Amino acid sequence: MTADLNPRKPHESCDCEGEGSRRAFLGTAVAAVAGALTGCGKISHEEFLQHNFRELSKEEVNDVIARLEREYREKYGRDVHVGNEPPMPGVIFGYALDLSRCIGCRRCVHACVKENNQSRDPEIQWIRVLQLDKEEGVDLRHADQYYNPEEVPQEGHFYMPVQCQQCKKPPCVKVCPVGATWREKDGIVVVDYNWCIGCRYCMAACPYGARHFNWGEPHVPSAEVNPETHYLGNRPRPKGVVEKCTFCVQRTRKGLYPACVEICPTGSRKFGNLLDPKSEIRYVLENKRVFKFKEDLNTQPNFFYFYGV
Amino acid sequence: MSSSVAKTFHPCAWVLGALLAVSPMAVRAQASPPKGEETSTPEGIQVPKPPFSDGIFPCTSCHDGKSMKVNPKPRQLTDMHQDIVLNHGPASRWCLDCHDAADRDKLHLVSGEKIDFTVSYRLCGQCHGDKYRDWRVGVHGKRTGHWNGAKEYLLCVNCHNPHSPHFKPLKPMPPPVPPQSIQAVKGGAR
Amino acid sequence: MVTLRTFGRFILDTLRLLAKGNRAYYAWVGFLLVLVAAGAWAYVGQLNQGLIATHMRDQVSWGFYIGNFTFLVGVAAASIMLVIPAYIYDWEPIKEITILGEMLAISALIMCLGFVMVDIGRPDRFWHIMPFVGRLNWPQSLLAWDVLVLNGYLLLNWFVVTYLLYCAYTERHYVKKLVLPLVLLSIPLAVSIHTVTAYLYNGLAARPFWNSAILAPKFLASAFCSGPAILLILLQILRKTTKLRITDEAIFKVAELMAYTMGFNLFLTAAEAFKEFYSNTEHVVYSQYLYFGLKGHTTLVPFAWASVACGLAAFLLFLIPRTRKNWITLNIGCVLIYSSVYIEKGMGLIIPGLTPDTLGEIYQYRPSLTEVLVAAGIFALGFLLFTFMLKAAVPMMLGEFTHRKGRSDARSPEVPASLPTH
Repeated sequence: MTADLNPRKPHESCDCEGEGSRRAFLGTAVAAVAGALTGCGKISHEEFLQHNFRELSKEEVNDVIARLEREYREKYGRDVHVGNEPPMPGVIFGYALDLSRCIGCRRCVHACVKENNQSRDPEIQWIRVLQLDKEEGVDLRHADQYYNPEEVPQEGHFYMPVQCQQCKKPPCVKVCPVGATWREKDGIVVVDYNWCIGCRYCMAACPYGARHFNWGEPHVPSAEVNPETHYLGNRPRPKGVVEKCTFCVQRTRKGLYPACVEICPTGSRKFGNLLDPKSEIRYVLENKRVFKFKEDLNTQPNFFYFYGV
Repeated sequence: MSSSVAKTFHPCAWVLGALLAVSPMAVRAQASPPKGEETSTPEGIQVPKPPFSDGIFPCTSCHDGKSMKVNPKPRQLTDMHQDIVLNHGPASRWCLDCHDAADRDKLHLVSGEKIDFTVSYRLCGQCHGDKYRDWRVGVHGKRTGHWNGAKEYLLCVNCHNPHSPHFKPLKPMPPPVPPQSIQAVKGGAR
Repeated sequence: MVTLRTFGRFILDTLRLLAKGNRAYYAWVGFLLVLVAAGAWAYVGQLNQGLIATHMRDQVSWGFYIGNFTFLVGVAAASIMLVIPAYIYDWEPIKEITILGEMLAISALIMCLGFVMVDIGRPDRFWHIMPFVGRLNWPQSLLAWDVLVLNGYLLLNWFVVTYLLYCAYTERHYVKKLVLPLVLLSIPLAVSIHTVTAYLYNGLAARPFWNSAILAPKFLASAFCSGPAILLILLQILRKTTKLRITDEAIFKVAELMAYTMGFNLFLTAAEAFKEFYSNTEHVVYSQYLYFGLKGHTTLVPFAWASVACGLAAFLLFLIPRTRKNWITLNIGCVLIYSSVYIEKGMGLIIPGLTPDTLGEIYQYRPSLTEVLVAAGIFALGFLLFTFMLKAAVPMMLGEFTHRKGRSDARSPEVPASLPTH
């Protein structure tokens, strides 16, 4: 539990007239200066003053979402829906990846890019597939992400995709100085893209290289924008903030499988509710031999690797 | 719940369909069921229809028991079906080990029981029991749909050509851009 | 009596002191302003493009800016190398010049804040990190601690310096009961700023190169041997150009203390090397990359060995009384120590910590032109601030510039009536 030095309850959020207009003036003035200085003249004063998502009232959240949808429509010329589905009760998501079946075809990588509106240029990919040596096992000294043979799998190699492990004890959440990233009740570690200051401490803290930064202005062609988004998930991100896999929160909180699970041609990816004893993820945990990546770091990931054969 | 599923099923099918349409997958292996052509097995599993080659079914249109005599001798076929390369198990394996000699529209189990092509997985499961058990609970092979609701399976034969079941290698999609090549987009200032 | 009017005049007179100087002063200030302008221009470019204008990428997500930040936190902490002998051991020769160490700390801290500001992706969201206004993740996040202690130490030093100068300006004795506790407080605060900064890296299990218990002691040792190096050079300059009374004894004592801390720093480096190379676990790849290169990637190797060599040489020069008391070798030693620790805390700490990255990839990071220009601008800003503080402080310390004698030339030939000691 973080010690919140700003114990502002949602219902205490200011909506009285006088203070609102004073805030608005101050906000506009500061935003104008900030805008001029940072070259980001398009920041509205509402965006500048927006607080951490966890502290917003229902009304403020609706305002934020309405504003975002307006901005996306302006930017992409399309109707983008920003959802805010809460975690389902009684659900903690688990993920299992069959290393004996992954052939390293990278279809998961690109399905994820399309589903989650990742920047095409500069390129961001939430999933990285490592080509490893069968003889060495999971030994990162012999890992290669840039393999590009004519066909996969290659003799003597196996393939290990890595993405956010949605740890139960996430080091990234621990180190964020502003509390812009946190673990939701269904186990998904999320980022508030409007609160992140881009200090990248979380990227230094993540042992899996799962967090990615918008070094430049992200570019997603309008035609390829996925319009079904979630505030904490795949809505188009701004420059200068961190992003990562969210187990397709916009899909999974509606009962769908993540995009990577659905696209995998060999069925190497399994996903479900860890609290449901009849789920396939529980079957894997109970019947297969699973291991956790970098287990000695005690991050307690909800992502498991196993060998199906 | 159902209305939201209906609302969200569409984009899901869209995305999946579009992705499958453009991805350079091998035709036979890793096929996805065309939407709307699914059947429910006796166990209640949603699977696609068997992926027959065009015009090949029903087999009894040729193998009616009258114009052709049944020849139960294991041999290399020369008159017809030469396109089928049999590479499944030991060299002694041949067609009538799975296809029923008396009724070509069916397969037969070891017990002699005849089964439809729509439940061919029961035949596979006789030898590949561990895979069959895993497949039943969704842990073997691709399964799409809802993690908390309806799911679509694939038949074994949708991914594994029963005559030559070994997975064909795929061409990998492009590798990531290495960090030294990530540059600012020209004129990309905000 | 502390009146607003007198304080206002204090500020105005200070500004007037800054505006007047000789040719060398104007040339120096002009040169620094050019660098600041270049840095500002480069920074605007970075704001427009985003941090992609640097060469940091996902694989090496911290680089030149944070390296400089880490080094400068050490410099800021080094002022206690003067405070401890002056106040704990009540050593007169140093007491008069402690204020200079505090001014150095202020300049260093301003530069630290500058480097943090230019490194974050959303400087417009800087207010998010302020307690009560934003949301500070304290006590979980070490960066939250760093925000608190760095700003606390800055405020403390700023207050002490301003108060002492104001007392000198108004020709009053400072209130010992007010100053002494604050100055004594600055000792644990100085230790804390560097310990917190060390813990920032130390706490990351994901980075085995940093996740070593030796990191915090090493930070302190290297800070205390490098920070005073600037002071030693500065003291010699001030002795020649102003009437400030600084004894040889004071300078040599500081140099001697630096020798011991440098020795300890070298010992800790050796201890680290032993653990890495003797145990020879998978984690040796980071030290290997630093000292010997990995898979043909050898960018850091010459710098790593230069750092060790300079450090060793400086240690010997400072340890041996003959070379310590020789002005030429003393100053060479200062430059050597500064270079050694600059490399060790900058590219010798940040880059090997992140290379190879968490998935085994090696990305060779070199600062881009933008980073170099922005860093130069920030350093120039710090030097400028320090220059201005000295320009105002020295005459006041010498008693040449007070609210009575305020309008006269700062370089008046009057003999100072009393040197305000503290």
